[in-house]
Order: sequence, then C-alpha cells, then structure tokens
Amino acid sequence: MSDVIVVTSGKGGVGKTTTTANLGVGLAKRGNKVALIDTDTGLRNLDLLLGLENRIMYDLVDVATGRISYKKALVRHKKHETLFLLPTSQIRDKTAVTGQQLIDICNEMRGEFDYILIDCPAGIEQGFKTAIAAADYAIVVTMPEVAAVRDADKIIGELNRADKDRIKLVVNRIRSHMVDSGDMLDMDDINDILAIDCIGQVPDDEMVVTSTNRGEPVISNKKSLAGQAYNNIVGRICGEQIPFLDLRKKTLFDKLKQILHV
Amino acid sequence: MLRAVMKLFGRDDDKPSGKIARDRLRVVLIHDRANISPEVVNHIKDDIIKVISTYMDINQHDMEISLSDDDNSVALLASIPVKRIKPQVMSSRNMHR
Repeated sequence: MSDVIVVTSGKGGVGKTTTTANLGVGLAKRGNKVALIDTDTGLRNLDLLLGLENRIMYDLVDVATGRISYKKALVRHKKHETLFLLPTSQIRDKTAVTGQQLIDICNEMRGEFDYILIDCPAGIEQGFKTAIAAADYAIVVTMPEVAAVRDADKIIGELNRADKDRIKLVVNRIRSHMVDSGDMLDMDDINDILAIDCIGQVPDDEMVVTSTNRGEPVISNKKSLAGQAYNNIVGRICGEQIPFLDLRKKTLFDKLKQILHV
Repeated sequence: MLRAVMKLFGRDDDKPSGKIARDRLRVVLIHDRANISPEVVNHIKDDIIKVISTYMDINQHDMEISLSDDDNSVALLASIPVKRIKPQVMSSRNMHR
C-alpha cells in the first residue's frame, strides 16, 4: 500500500516542483517504486526538472478522461528506473482534471507504487483543490519570507478545512548568513508561527540552479548542501530520525571572529 | 565592540529585520486566521463608540481597535482616549451612594 503525498505551498516560486523532483529521485534511489504526478496543468515543469521533457506521449488529462490507461502515460526515468512521471497537459487548464478523477487515478496506482507524490500548482483555487483531494498527507513548502510564510499559513488552514490534517513543513532557500545577522526569519520564528512538524530545512544553494539547468535534481550531487538536506528529508519520510544540517558556512569573517573571540 | 563596528557602517538598526518580519507576520496572521473583514471590525468599533458615548466623551479620532495575540488566545484590544466623564453619569453614581 502506498503513501500519496501532495507537495504544496500556496505561493509560487518557493520550490514545490524542485522539492517534488528531489524527493522523487531520493525515494527511488532507496529502492522505492515512485510515481510523480504533475497537476500544474497548463504550466507543467516537473518534466523539465527531471530531464524528461522530450519523452512525453500522453498526459494526466488523457488518463483522467479515460482515453488511455495511466500505465501508457507514465514516463520511466532512464537513470532511476523505479521513478515514473505522470506529466500533465501543457495545453489544457486546471479545470480539465477534477479531484475525484485524481482520487480514482491514485487509487488505481496505489497497488503498484510505494510512494505517489503530487506536485500541486500555486494558489488556492480549483487546481489546488484537485491536487490535495487524493493525498494521505501534505508537505507544505515555504521560504523564510513574510509572503511565503503567510501563504503557508493560509494553505495549512485550507488543508485542515479539507480534513487533511497530516501536514509536514519544508523550509526552502534558507540563507544562513542572513539568518545569522538577524536579517532573515529563523527556524524558531517559523516553527513558532506555523506550529506544524518540520521535516526539512534546505539552504539556498546555487547548485540547485545548475542542476535544474541540466535536468538532474540536486539530490544526486553529493557536494551540494541542498542535496544533502533533500536526502535527509527523504530519510525522514521513510521514518528515520535524522538531525537537521548545520547550514552555516564558515566565512573568513567567522573564522576571524572565532580567533578574536568576539 | 562588534556593535560599534556595525554602527560605523551604518548597520545599527534598533531591531534586526528578521525580527520585524516575525512581529509583522504574527499580527497579520491573527487577522487572517480570525477571518474577520475590516468591515466587521468597523461595525464593532461603531457599536463600542455608541455604548461608551452614553457615559463618556471620547476622542473617536484617536481610537484604535485591534486583534492581538496573547500567548495562545486572541484578544480584542481597544484603546479609547477619554476626554471626560459625562456629568449625568457622575450624578447618577452620587445618587446611588
């Protein structure tokens, strides 16, 4: 029996799709059979982040309307062979798939996969409602910024209203030097305000950009701190107890301060 | 010492911006979560003015009404500058004595 997890945020641009892609690769690397479903119909990008954009034949709308079976629409990842993508349509819009249709598709897929991750569109409209309908639990992605935290709070409220009360938090794009200087919300602030269980603290890392450029999620890059942070989230999803990374990079100034004891 | 250096570079703000962000978020989320529209808050304000005005002259202009977070509960805070207690109120109190 599989877990169906929706990755959502409210605000756009906080890293929902990046998180979905990385968790998908990470879970597959541990030998799980994983399906990723893109529900951002009309603005699909999960295919691009996984490097699968040239291999799409059918999409979620084709499956939802019963034109083809989900198996025909799934794209298997060449490098991670237990990872599959169910892409969505780039031509249609959010009204093309209903929550009930997604529930039916997920129920059909549950027997075959260990994890099904649903990449949710931004916003709280129909696309969001469709994406969360089938989920057993939700991962809310936010950033240490007022707008992103406010939207995360709104999304948590909407999830509760929809009786989805299993919610985990991922805080993305943390700039540790700004947190240290007091110029960015820190984890205590965010945990205090949102009051949900945090399973990930991901640093702002340029390697996320370069790996996205290549279509290879950063989790495969062992040198990347963001990659390690994503790997730890994967471990926590699998039930492991892993302490959070120390995201602080020791700068020359830090070392100097250490020497001078100031 | 570090503070002095920061001051030299013009970085000595009273409060770090991260803490300003936290405080602003706390206030805005109280309103978001309470789901009260500004219109309703204005109605409450008008009704409070009506009741208080029976007993006191108040400065309506400087009156403030807001929701505030008190640990785990939400409180409605009203700050109402009083100009004077109305004479008839004082006399009725005297009568009760």
